[in-house]
Amino acid sequence: MKMKKDDFALNYTNSHGGEKMSDEELKTIKRMARKNTRRMDGWGWAFVICNTIFLVLFTIVTLYPVWNTVAYSFNDGLDAIRGGIYLWPRKFSVESYSKVLNIQGFVVGAKITVLRTILGTLTSLVANALLAFVISRKRFLFRSSLSLFWVVTMYVNGGLIPVMLLYRYLHLTNTFWVYIIPGMISAFNVMVLRTYMEDLPDELEESAQLDGAGYITIFIKIISPLCKPVYATVALFVAVWQWNSWFDAMLYNRMKTEYTTLQYELMKLLNSVTQQSGSANGNNTTAAAKQVTPVSVRSAATVVTMVPIICIYPFLQRYFVTGLTIGGVKG
Amino acid sequence: MANEADQIVNTEEAAVENEINAEAETTETAAETVIAENVETVTETAESTEENAVDAAYQVENYAKEAIEHESTLSEAQIKALSKKRISKGELKRQWILLAIGFIFVLYGLLFYYLPLGGWIMAFQNYKLKTGLFHSKFVGFDKFKFMFEFDVFEWGMETTGNFFKAMKIWIDKVVFVRAIRNTLGMGILNLATTFIMAIVFAILLNEVKNKLGKRLVQTISYLPHFLSWIIVCGIVHDSLSGTGIVNELLRLFHIVDDSYNFFAHPGWFWPIVAFANVWKETGWNAIIYLAAITAIDPSLYEAAEIDGAGRWGKIRYITLPSIAPTIVILLVMNLGNLLNCGFEVQYLLGNGLVQDVAQTIDIYVLNWGVGQMDYSLGTAAGIFKSVVAIILILIFNTVAKKLGQESLF
Repeated sequence: MKMKKDDFALNYTNSHGGEKMSDEELKTIKRMARKNTRRMDGWGWAFVICNTIFLVLFTIVTLYPVWNTVAYSFNDGLDAIRGGIYLWPRKFSVESYSKVLNIQGFVVGAKITVLRTILGTLTSLVANALLAFVISRKRFLFRSSLSLFWVVTMYVNGGLIPVMLLYRYLHLTNTFWVYIIPGMISAFNVMVLRTYMEDLPDELEESAQLDGAGYITIFIKIISPLCKPVYATVALFVAVWQWNSWFDAMLYNRMKTEYTTLQYELMKLLNSVTQQSGSANGNNTTAAAKQVTPVSVRSAATVVTMVPIICIYPFLQRYFVTGLTIGGVKG
Repeated sequence: MANEADQIVNTEEAAVENEINAEAETTETAAETVIAENVETVTETAESTEENAVDAAYQVENYAKEAIEHESTLSEAQIKALSKKRISKGELKRQWILLAIGFIFVLYGLLFYYLPLGGWIMAFQNYKLKTGLFHSKFVGFDKFKFMFEFDVFEWGMETTGNFFKAMKIWIDKVVFVRAIRNTLGMGILNLATTFIMAIVFAILLNEVKNKLGKRLVQTISYLPHFLSWIIVCGIVHDSLSGTGIVNELLRLFHIVDDSYNFFAHPGWFWPIVAFANVWKETGWNAIIYLAAITAIDPSLYEAAEIDGAGRWGKIRYITLPSIAPTIVILLVMNLGNLLNCGFEVQYLLGNGLVQDVAQTIDIYVLNWGVGQMDYSLGTAAGIFKSVVAIILILIFNTVAKKLGQESLF
């Protein structure tokens, strides 16, 4: 608790440029703040109550479906089919997880997804950073034309079919590399990185050049260490995108089960149900019912697929907040 | 040291001037050539001691900058010319590595982003894998005519004589026209709902005084953004299924007796897609508004308070006008992307019963181009989408400029 108070005092003084406040002053401020709250009129209270209700509802709507999925995943498979499980499993069991891990495609998909996330993030980060570095050099001759060249790619693209045929022609389809190479550069990420690099003081580069440093040295030794926060942002964006991709696996590697991804496998599991509910009046429901994966197994698969990202994102909050602010308004 | 550098600077400046003179005049006097030679030797020795040369180059640049600042009479073109001159030969030499990297990336971009544009030729051909891009038969706009079936519209006009009725017939009968309607309809609905929700959420969250609660709610609100559409659609599907929470609640309040199948009624499909988008992206989209709100000068609120503004007053007269520029620019950007939102949800949640309202242009491309292997038709549909999207972006970018906001380019 004491830490909190000191922090507040420090922050306050920092933002107001004065000296650190004494405990006495702090107390006065707090008393005044409390008084202000007390002085709130009826409308003010109504607002606070409505606002709280809204935000609590919002949180519940966001969190409940995810929590419910976790609850189902830990429930006994047969029992779960009856439904009616809300916040806690009725009959606890981890059997569904062992079932999921025994699905051949799922294990392969997990390996490929981890691999593509790591490799894809690394290559993409290096490539984007290098390109952003080149574009952000203020004295680079072709700076604006190179920048335009990449901005255009954000808005114009060939479309699904020409791209697919190109990959086929380049023999990228039915390989692992189709996950890594074509999506390596994203103009949006380049612009985020560029904006950040441009905001760094020019003097850094100039003094390094005075010491005889070339551009590569400047990139590695001067710019990159300062860009760590924005690198983290871009790495997060790319990693999430890689982890969540499924369409490329379906389109380019449908025939190659050894290059399947986690999300695509999950889709196959979930799809057996989605398709069925639409054609519920059909005669083939009995046949379909046999193929339908039990709800607990589907939930377990979903949980396995989302857990890594859910565990990581809260710690990277400040990074993506800065990244979005830079990219959203200035990009 | 300083004197030496100054000398070099002077001589270098002289050299630059000389170059200009030499360009302008066709005849050179002997004296000038001597000076030029001298300059060259001096710069050469300077370059041998690299530090000095770089130093000198920078000082020259600084002088040029100062000159630009002082002489306000210089026209913009002149300033540009001057700043171009500022890149010295040494700097050019140093830039080769930037050039090399830039060149590699241009090659990469040409291959993966610009080359597919050449594939647009396929839309005007009867493309076959066997004959390839260079030997397939050209068919002109046949593929586009097949897609749009204008004769259905004309027929409608003839029989009903009413434009709107003819449009309705056209949409009902022609798959691609329906796909356009669905794309636009869902795009607008999604945009409106996610946009408004994000702003409302940001403003309301900002009013929370409890730091811990605020942080907690915000952290939770990001969560769905990090889930894939596969998971989100699975969750939406489970929630709306017979044993899902929505039907449980409906039964609890006796709104329905038996479970209601949301996915069997076309009328529910667009709202479900919009809800899925709102659920996934509200917290994420709010980030940028929250950042904009944080940047508002607190003294504005204090002033408003003194003027007797309550919570609503402060939101209405301080918060909203302050974040208005952000709202406008994001709205314009999103309007440009209207056709791009919506492929995965529709693909994952759609089924045979709601096909008429679920099929978007992207799914049409997928069905015909990939499913039926009619590459030409798929490309044609893709081109239509790209062209309309670019027109939208250009229109809204101009709108943004007119409104006095930063343009996107």
